[in-house]
Amino acid sequence: MADVDQKALLQFLLRLGDNTLVLGHRVSEWCGHSPVLEEDIALANTALDLIGQTQLWLGLAAEVEGKGGDADSLAFLRDAWDFRCVLLVELPNGDFGQTLMRQFLFDAWQSIMLGRLIKSSDARVAAIAEKASKEVAYHVERSAGTVVGLGDGTPESHDRMQAALDYLYPYVGEMFLSDDTDAAMVAAGIAPDPASLRDEYDALVSRVMDEATLAVPEGAYTHKGGRTGYMHTEHLGHILTSMQWLQRAYPGAEW
Amino acid sequence: MKNEWPLWEIFIRGQHGLSHRHVGSLHAPDAELAIKNARDVYTRRNEGVSIWAVEAVHVAASSPSDKGPYYEPSESKVYRHPTFFDIPDEVGSM
Repeated sequence: MADVDQKALLQFLLRLGDNTLVLGHRVSEWCGHSPVLEEDIALANTALDLIGQTQLWLGLAAEVEGKGGDADSLAFLRDAWDFRCVLLVELPNGDFGQTLMRQFLFDAWQSIMLGRLIKSSDARVAAIAEKASKEVAYHVERSAGTVVGLGDGTPESHDRMQAALDYLYPYVGEMFLSDDTDAAMVAAGIAPDPASLRDEYDALVSRVMDEATLAVPEGAYTHKGGRTGYMHTEHLGHILTSMQWLQRAYPGAEW
Repeated sequence: MKNEWPLWEIFIRGQHGLSHRHVGSLHAPDAELAIKNARDVYTRRNEGVSIWAVEAVHVAASSPSDKGPYYEPSESKVYRHPTFFDIPDEVGSM
């Protein structure tokens, strides 16, 4: 534990926290706009869960960084190139089906990842994973159910869900890429190699897509660059503009 | 509207030992989603340990216009209230 590269640990925590931050913000955009009241509340709950997880991941990241910052300063005062979220979570909401498809593709990954992180050698990481995994177990149950309901629904809903899957699937692969940061986490027993989660993920996704009568696209091409910070989508800057506006305009504002 | 999901009545048990209490209603396409929606709508502030969902069409209800024949006859039957017993102090509050 003591000899863990703190820079690598920071990167690892930013990746987890930025995923939940950006997706949480994206999902919160539905608040007041969902097709039905019940789904509106359910999505808002999911967004709040994700923002709550963000506080924990980025709070720990700030502690590891040791520069006197906190979760808020990391969330609101970094610019796009410092973010480490995967591209999938930045993508626009599209229609309700596309939002739920993106949610399922992420929930499935997150539920498997958190299951491994519960056994992390870092007790702080394990504790956050333990807490978050209960929330995420519900998220994936709900998003999977909606994907099945809409996929195996009317011809219209089926076509929209297939279009959503075709659009989003090329962004899935990034969640399973590994680099030096991941190697350092594996060596320290903090986290699994992302690539090692792929089989379980594929099994879960294909089971749900079969039930939803949707076809998982062929082809291994994956968009990447988010989790390394090399190149985000053009959407991230727009998210940050609205998300960070208040703290940028009124530094340190509290209420 | 024909496309509207059916209405479900939601009952929540607040804690073990208490009975399920009607908390409200919501729309859902099926029973499973009615439970999930109830979880999201009615238990987000830690209100419950158990959820029942009953499709509203299956609830048989008395008619408000029956209130005369139904309820007024009992108004004059005060002897149905157990207020004529002397309760020993040792019993404490009832």
